[in-house]
Amino acid sequence: MSVDKETVAKIANLARIEVSEDELESTVGELNNILDWVEQLSEVDTDGVAAMTSVVAADLPRREDKVTDGGYREAVLKNAPVAEHGFFAVPKVIE
Amino acid sequence: MTDLTKMTLSAARDGLQGGDFTSAEITEAHLSAIADASDLNAFIEVTSDQAMDMAAKADAMIKDGSAKAMTGIPIAIKDLYCTKGVHSQSASHILDGFKPEYESTVTSNLWADGAVMLGKTNQDEFAMGSSNENSYYGPVKNPWRADGETKDYVPGGSSGGSAAAVAANISIAATGTDTGGSIRQPASFAGLVGLKPTYGRCSRWGMIAFASSLDQAGPLTRSVRDAAIMMESMAGYDPKDSTSTNVPVPNYEAALSGDIRGLKVGIPKEYRVDGMPGEIEKLWSQGIDWLKSAGAQIVDISLPHTKYALPTYYIVAPAECSSNLARYDGVKYGLRVTGDNLSLDDMYKKTRAAGFGDEVKRRILIGTYVLSAGYYDAYYLKAQRVRTLIAGDFKAAYEKCDVILTPTAPSAAFALGDKVSDPLAMYLNDVFTVPASLAGLPGISIPAGLSAEGLPLGLQLLGQAFGESELLNVASVLESAAGFTQKPAKWWGENS
Amino acid sequence: MSNLYQGATGDWEVVIGLEIHAQVISESKLFSGAATKFGSEPNTQVSFVCSAQPGMLPVINDECVRQAVRTGLAMGCQINLRSVFDRKNYFYADLPQGYQISQFKDPIVGEGVLTVDLEDGSTKDIGVERLHLEQDAGKSMHDQHPNMTYVDLNRSGVALMEIVSKPDMRNAEEAGAYFKKIRSLVRYAGTCDGNMDQGSMRADVNVSVRRPGEGLGIRTETKNVNSIRYMMQVIESETRRQVDVLEDGGTINQETRLFEVATGTTRTMRSKEEAHDYRYFPDPDLLPLEFSQEFVDELAKDMPELADAKKARFIKDLHINAYNAGVLVAEKESADYFEELLAATVDKSGKPVSELGTLVSNWVSGDLFGALKKLGLGISESPVSIAHAAELLSLQIDGTISGRIAKEVFENMLESGKSPEAIVEEKGLRQVSDTGEIEAMIDEILAANADKVEEYRGGKDKLYGFFVGQVMKNTGGKANPQVVNQLLRPKLDG
Repeated sequence: MSVDKETVAKIANLARIEVSEDELESTVGELNNILDWVEQLSEVDTDGVAAMTSVVAADLPRREDKVTDGGYREAVLKNAPVAEHGFFAVPKVIE
Repeated sequence: MTDLTKMTLSAARDGLQGGDFTSAEITEAHLSAIADASDLNAFIEVTSDQAMDMAAKADAMIKDGSAKAMTGIPIAIKDLYCTKGVHSQSASHILDGFKPEYESTVTSNLWADGAVMLGKTNQDEFAMGSSNENSYYGPVKNPWRADGETKDYVPGGSSGGSAAAVAANISIAATGTDTGGSIRQPASFAGLVGLKPTYGRCSRWGMIAFASSLDQAGPLTRSVRDAAIMMESMAGYDPKDSTSTNVPVPNYEAALSGDIRGLKVGIPKEYRVDGMPGEIEKLWSQGIDWLKSAGAQIVDISLPHTKYALPTYYIVAPAECSSNLARYDGVKYGLRVTGDNLSLDDMYKKTRAAGFGDEVKRRILIGTYVLSAGYYDAYYLKAQRVRTLIAGDFKAAYEKCDVILTPTAPSAAFALGDKVSDPLAMYLNDVFTVPASLAGLPGISIPAGLSAEGLPLGLQLLGQAFGESELLNVASVLESAAGFTQKPAKWWGENS
Repeated sequence: MSNLYQGATGDWEVVIGLEIHAQVISESKLFSGAATKFGSEPNTQVSFVCSAQPGMLPVINDECVRQAVRTGLAMGCQINLRSVFDRKNYFYADLPQGYQISQFKDPIVGEGVLTVDLEDGSTKDIGVERLHLEQDAGKSMHDQHPNMTYVDLNRSGVALMEIVSKPDMRNAEEAGAYFKKIRSLVRYAGTCDGNMDQGSMRADVNVSVRRPGEGLGIRTETKNVNSIRYMMQVIESETRRQVDVLEDGGTINQETRLFEVATGTTRTMRSKEEAHDYRYFPDPDLLPLEFSQEFVDELAKDMPELADAKKARFIKDLHINAYNAGVLVAEKESADYFEELLAATVDKSGKPVSELGTLVSNWVSGDLFGALKKLGLGISESPVSIAHAAELLSLQIDGTISGRIAKEVFENMLESGKSPEAIVEEKGLRQVSDTGEIEAMIDEILAANADKVEEYRGGKDKLYGFFVGQVMKNTGGKANPQVVNQLLRPKLDG
């Protein structure tokens, strides 16, 4: 499988990374090199093999339902590029 | 008087606790050494004031008898650890200005034991790279140069700044993180010991994520004993990390008996890869002999899916990173590109285009692609199945042996810029380190010799899950046998 | 309600599926220890985890797992002992991680069937596809600033149960009945407060149309519909729109739509998130969620009685008619009110519970509900306390007042808030049961109406009511009707 400019543009959009027309061309080449190389996995017979979900053999720990966190708005907003009136602020969204 | 910047961690500990010098003294000595070594570009941020405060506290601990092994030891912290109020940006432009309001569990553990933070070290951006050339803050230079060379060499990556700092005697030890080899490969390139523990041994809480199912914290040190001491402080169960494992942390230093009689060391035939330099192969054979002489039994083993580890890794890790790095969107922290009438989506796209470096973008795009509709089964699911097979290979191998010996990297350090334009060639650096990462198993790199050019080469030992004690013990035997004492000739700073 | 929609060119069948989002009742969020309380100051219930700060990791809330299992049990669905959390990746201002932790391939609860009651007395089985746990997003406010959207992450990470139906509904009534059924179940199970005003329950409504007998048509999804009435409007307007488009030779776009309250219709979302591709994959920060059958059994054992079981018990043990029982259990609060009132009335009157069921249920579903409806109040806002209501019913039971007077006292209670005993005393409404007094009165009335007595005796039986009326009139309605009957009949019959 290989990608073309259109596909790269589509995934760049999904990943929300602006890629200029020039970059698009070179990116197609780079990604195809990598994809061609990982293609060798298709040689491996994985019929009936379960996909790895976790390398640690443990149960998912569950925490008690208690309020133990939050309540520090200032710290949460401290690094925000724009915060106003206790909110994060972003360019206006029209639904 | 002892040169305060040239000690091992264990020697510094003994000296501190024996009253030979104070933490303030060695901390100060290291801060001046750092200032002198700016050519290396190992540190992104030096926290001098904080270091001196921490040193004073450590000295008080030593005085009142509450000192632990790490108390008063000045160490460097890889930038991707969140350290409260201090630059923690995983060497990425996109986290510009980010200073977390919280402290990672691993660094909290170190500070609780009295360790002293010198500053934050340079790294490949978001830990993606094997040469430390992918940093927003510029490449790190390896203190080591080939004999007679004046050009710069890479320190390996992604924990390149940490490796360079320890090798250049500007930090006694350093934390690194290892996703596919980012502790072990730089350790090999810089003549150090680098330990990646079992996945789940250290908490990932407060470590800026690259690939969650692979990332692990670990130490870069000058000796195996140092690694044992530092690992014990860093490790531990953390209820804030659902993937951390609730297994008690043993006294690793106490496990260093040096006795490996009867131990079975596996030699995987699949690691004899095509085009492996003769000197690496020779070193590997040498390592086998050393362990044999110490009474170990050598066993030929097979890890049949080894050749598929790298491609598997380069599907799984980018897939996870594409999702982990979605939070860098210019809203909550870090960089935001602004402009007139920029829509939210355009803000995202411009911010992420400006904020991420090329390699990070490449991996995000690959990861986005392999998870996207229609490709998930062929790539991601396939890779996770192969990953099960790779883990199964190790499981089968450990029926026959206790530890596995391999080279750490397929080459010594290469010159800065040599591989930067060829991502695939760069990825091959991790060929020996990635398989154990995929299986979540511990690995350690021990400096074992010099290449013909005079650059350090490491040997890697792989262990069983939570078998760090045994791993460290075998490593200590290898270390003694190798007797690697060479240091890089100082070419940076004053008196170079 | 008909299952077919009449278009200009013939009949159409409407196919409806609902994805109901129900907020889990829990103190803290699904993966973070921040509070879930509604209506707090913006971003005050936000941790570093729920604001997706670098290096933060999720840890699951045990209670949310239990609540999901309880809900699954309440719906009679398959409980999956192993489920997996996946990341659903997309960018939006109020999604701080850039992904939502949800369950995609392996949800915690699997299939089941719910039987809903329809207005014509029939029932219908509607399939439940699954229930999964997921994180809620934050809240974007678009109207606070001329060129900024403000983001509040208080809701970010709150646990939601998404309950997905099969496309088994064929008209708005069925969809409404299904939604109400789920709402009742989660409220009885105590897993979601069902409060639609606060967004605790909302639905994504999937609608498509087809010619009867044909395969499924292309569906649209109208997001975040937060009332049953709106949901029914969405279905009706979407049906109309889709049929119009198709009959004009057009095609339906598979798209996300928004409901507009003002017009009662839907429109395409302007910020079209083009080409959804959520790139689901198992969240590597979490392990698969696994629990034992014993864990499920334990939860099942402690489940509260649900509406259907309660209704059956009311009919069987309390001899309440099916209609009343249905009305009482429709809302958990009314069932609770009824049961508390019944117990209080037993206490107060000393009568056995088996004798009181009908009286109390009639009073609650008739008098009380009628009054509340007129006042526009819910049962929880009833101006009449359980204690006062029990007192009122006891006065009636012990004969202190008649049923008619009881209604009058109740009116007064609603206005004044006074206790029924006080009202009866104050207004002298105590029933007259003194036979001597009533007998004298009857004699007086018969004497004054000798002509009517003659007519009655001549066979005009209907006049009996006239004489009773006269007695009541003379006593201001306070005469005990039983006593009146006892005395009047023999005197008239001579």
